[in-house]
Amino acid sequence: MAYSDKVIDHYSNPRNVGTLDKSKKNVGTGLVGAPECGDVMRLQIEVDEATNTITDAKFKTFGCGSAIASSSLATEWLKGKTVDEALAIDNMEIVEELALPPVKIHCSVLAEDAIKSAISDYRVKNGLPALELAHH
Amino acid sequence: MLKLPIYLDNNATTPLDPRVLEAMMPYLTDVFGNAASRNHPFGWAAEEGVDYARTQIAQLIGCDSKEIIFTSGATEGDNLGIKGVFEMYAQKGNHVITTTTEHKAVLDTCKHLEKIGGRVTYLPVDELGLISLADLEAAMTPETILVTIMYGNNETGTIQPIREIAAIAHKHGALFMTDGTQAVGKIPVDVNADGIDIMAFTAHKMYGPKGVGALYVRRKNPRVKVTAQMDGGGHERGMRSGTLNVPGIVGFGKACELARLEMAADAARLSVMRDRLQTELMQLEESYVNGSVEHRLPHVANISFKYVEGEGLMMGIKDLAVSSGSACTSASLEPSYVLKALGLSDDLAHSSLRFGLSRFTTDEQIDYAINHVKEAVTKLREMSPLWEMHKEGIDLSKIEWAEH
Repeated sequence: MAYSDKVIDHYSNPRNVGTLDKSKKNVGTGLVGAPECGDVMRLQIEVDEATNTITDAKFKTFGCGSAIASSSLATEWLKGKTVDEALAIDNMEIVEELALPPVKIHCSVLAEDAIKSAISDYRVKNGLPALELAHH
Repeated sequence: MLKLPIYLDNNATTPLDPRVLEAMMPYLTDVFGNAASRNHPFGWAAEEGVDYARTQIAQLIGCDSKEIIFTSGATEGDNLGIKGVFEMYAQKGNHVITTTTEHKAVLDTCKHLEKIGGRVTYLPVDELGLISLADLEAAMTPETILVTIMYGNNETGTIQPIREIAAIAHKHGALFMTDGTQAVGKIPVDVNADGIDIMAFTAHKMYGPKGVGALYVRRKNPRVKVTAQMDGGGHERGMRSGTLNVPGIVGFGKACELARLEMAADAARLSVMRDRLQTELMQLEESYVNGSVEHRLPHVANISFKYVEGEGLMMGIKDLAVSSGSACTSASLEPSYVLKALGLSDDLAHSSLRFGLSRFTTDEQIDYAINHVKEAVTKLREMSPLWEMHKEGIDLSKIEWAEH
């Protein structure tokens, strides 16, 4: 399969690989996917509680090049956004940016799920109700 | 200077040996006759080439040249052997025994038999990919007409106990057929010593051209016949009609001659290289060899790297042409049924790589492959949440995954 240059770039030079301290109250962690399906994404955000802004984002992904690129791109986009802005990220924006082919759209869906799941975790930690996550 | 990418997918196909091409060239140009043309020198010359090739091929597997039926390849050979026996011996019975790890050319042919009144037993394999002889013995019935079990597996290289299998089949009055595609030309295969009645094999796995193969059909003790699956001019003793692919056959013959002369030296050299590749890659934690190490083709290694996803791994080793146990690349998420039959979990099957070395593989290429795979696996594990969890001692099987 031919990968787009952007996928190859993110795969070869992934941004923001790593782990944030999940015990911290202002860190939200999302873990989505399953090993049997061939994709597991863990995406973490660190939020400045005063401004409700995401100051840091990290990921680790087990998956194909498109899954790695989708999560890498997501962390780039998350930094500097407010939590509400982050919630508005749609998987189709990832598809467009990375020029993902139809068989790889699920990678972008997973990245969107990971973002929402991380935000939900952050909300729960701070006494807010969990987000209702769509299950794909 | 190392030329990239490096080809280590020789179980899929091998490059053409230049000496084979040289033998074929006259038959692609001046000697263009139809081997079945009996009335003029053009036909005679073509027939002479075919006859010589038949002898070269027969010598490699220890049979008589009359026992070679030319086909378009091993898939056709498997079809002709299995369907041909099923039809020819219908009065005797309708039961066929095979294994779950056969090539699709055998499995799907057996499935076809089931649709037309056949009964098929698919023997399971153990974690090394070997069948149990006791299972085979227990599966034999008076209606069993054919046992068809591959010689060496295309994914793992595991070699079945062919002689013991043949003995059991014969004891119960059944014929023994083997798919010799991966084994012939790589290890000694002798149809008489091994007790083989029918065997499909092909040129392009042993440095010959694509599009030509052979079916060995025993002519005495017992005399075996298969019903033709293609109607026409009655070529190949009536078992396979169709104008012979003369240049392909001549190339196949040359490839067999080279294999007979060079197989021992090639196998000795390749097994040393393969073992070095395997030993080095097994230094990576959580890597596993799939299939039998003891009973294995000398040029094959199939290794899984846990906590790394197969397609991601393939992308990381783009300078290596190998096969993956993950069929993701072909747009299906099903992992290899062969590896699953060995008891591998889906994720371990997905993260496997099959290395197939050839006569043309060099030590320098193996060095590159070792480093390239090690780097890719290490990098991907650093990026893998599963690897991190494993390192923290978390049991991944206990996690409730949000499947999507």
